[in-house]
Amino acid sequence: MSVTIVSVKNLSARYNSIDVLRNISFDVMSGDFLGLVGPNGSGKTTAIKAILGLLKRTSGNVSLFGTNIHDFKDWHKIGFLPQKMTHFNPHFPATVSEVVASGLFSIKKFPRRIRRTDKACIHDALVMTDVAEIRDKMMGELSGGQQQRVPLARALVNQPELLILDEPTTALDPEARESFFQTITELNRTRFMTIILITHDIASIGKYASKLMYLDKQVIFCGSFEDFCRSEKMTNYFGEYTQHLICHRHD
Amino acid sequence: MDIFTFIGYSFIWRAVVAGSFIALTCSVLGVILVLRRLSLIGDGLAHVTFGSVAVGLLLNQHPVYVSLPIVMASSLGIMKLTEKAKLYGDAAIGIVSSLGIAGGIIIASVAGGFNIDIFSFLFGNILAISRAEVLISIALSIAVLLVILLFYHEHFLVAFDEEFAKISGIDTDMINTILVLLTGTTVVLAMKIVGIMLTSSLLILPAVTALQIARSFKNTMLVSAVCSIVSVMTGIVVSFVMNLPTGATIVIVNFLLFVIAYFYNRAVQGRYH
Repeated sequence: MSVTIVSVKNLSARYNSIDVLRNISFDVMSGDFLGLVGPNGSGKTTAIKAILGLLKRTSGNVSLFGTNIHDFKDWHKIGFLPQKMTHFNPHFPATVSEVVASGLFSIKKFPRRIRRTDKACIHDALVMTDVAEIRDKMMGELSGGQQQRVPLARALVNQPELLILDEPTTALDPEARESFFQTITELNRTRFMTIILITHDIASIGKYASKLMYLDKQVIFCGSFEDFCRSEKMTNYFGEYTQHLICHRHD
Repeated sequence: MDIFTFIGYSFIWRAVVAGSFIALTCSVLGVILVLRRLSLIGDGLAHVTFGSVAVGLLLNQHPVYVSLPIVMASSLGIMKLTEKAKLYGDAAIGIVSSLGIAGGIIIASVAGGFNIDIFSFLFGNILAISRAEVLISIALSIAVLLVILLFYHEHFLVAFDEEFAKISGIDTDMINTILVLLTGTTVVLAMKIVGIMLTSSLLILPAVTALQIARSFKNTMLVSAVCSIVSVMTGIVVSFVMNLPTGATIVIVNFLLFVIAYFYNRAVQGRYH
């Protein structure tokens, strides 16, 4: 039976008195693969930050796994790949292993110690994301594609029920991007992991996501990719030509 | 002078023991501060120490006992100014440090001078460290190191990715508070070794030296600790033999280690740094 993993009701947020999100509401059910799309400045990252409690909301309610965000403590159920990981300090002396191991801290009680038994989880996450061979390399020595996979390994290391990815494919070439989407889709299908993925690339995500939500300060569209392509509202929003390009890029 | 005469002096042993503990504390804490781009907080708090030493001398109390609460309160002040007044961190450090210096000068002026020259605290003198000060230094160093060890993973994650730390359930405000309080304590300790003016060098130099050659976060802490202890010991010996000021000699040795690490990194490793 499907249960509500994320519930957002009438969420609004603003930066420096400018409205970034206006009254958005949506639910994400277990097993969903939600593609959160929209133009630059449409509030996608703000929405995720507000959902995770990283940003103050102007109004509205957020529940995670049925618990109000204020009381939510089960952070180990959530894996998060933040957008700014693509802009991390390349001089930071952290090895791939150290970064991936830090994904386990949410499940640890004070004092958070990495035990021998945790090594297997770390190894699994490294293998799953294809970075096991570079485990002892420093983050600053990795290629763009490898740097993208390490935070994914970190997000997956404690086998979360909900995986949130904020523009994870920006630094990847088309081939690597497809491979990344396939990995995520496999996690969704074989491990029933609920996924929220932010991207600009509607055409690519449309192929994989079970649900698309188009955001432009408010929810403009929510439904499947097929519905998106058939939607008259979207035809009016994008224009017929652009909608055709988005929907038939892979034909 | 032969080596036996040198090691026969009890003040040399006191300096080596206290210096090693304080150097170890500074080096480990320094790695976190440098990586969090808070290097200058040590410098700012050291300036506050000037004011607190003046208060101590005015009240006829040991400067370390008076400085500890004042500097720790100032470290919290810097943090609150950054958070509440929406100031950049360096501006908040600038305000608090200039306030510390100004307070010290006014107190020294009003008191009409002290029996102990307040300016001697500016440059420190580890060779004049007393037995009680050695014990305080060891106790406080162990306390600071223990807290760093207990929160080692939290410091790593907050320094690497603060947002991710928050959604890992880490209370980042508490970690930041712990960090500034530890820095305040360490700065007061370091004052005795290199003096107020050079305190930040003990925090920054071993850390940046380690960053040139270390290959992991843990490794950076270890290399920083080794560099710091080596510079303090070498500095004590060299300054004694060549009749140089100990604090300044320690800083120069620290800097030379940094230069060696820098060229080693460039020539041998050809690393990203």
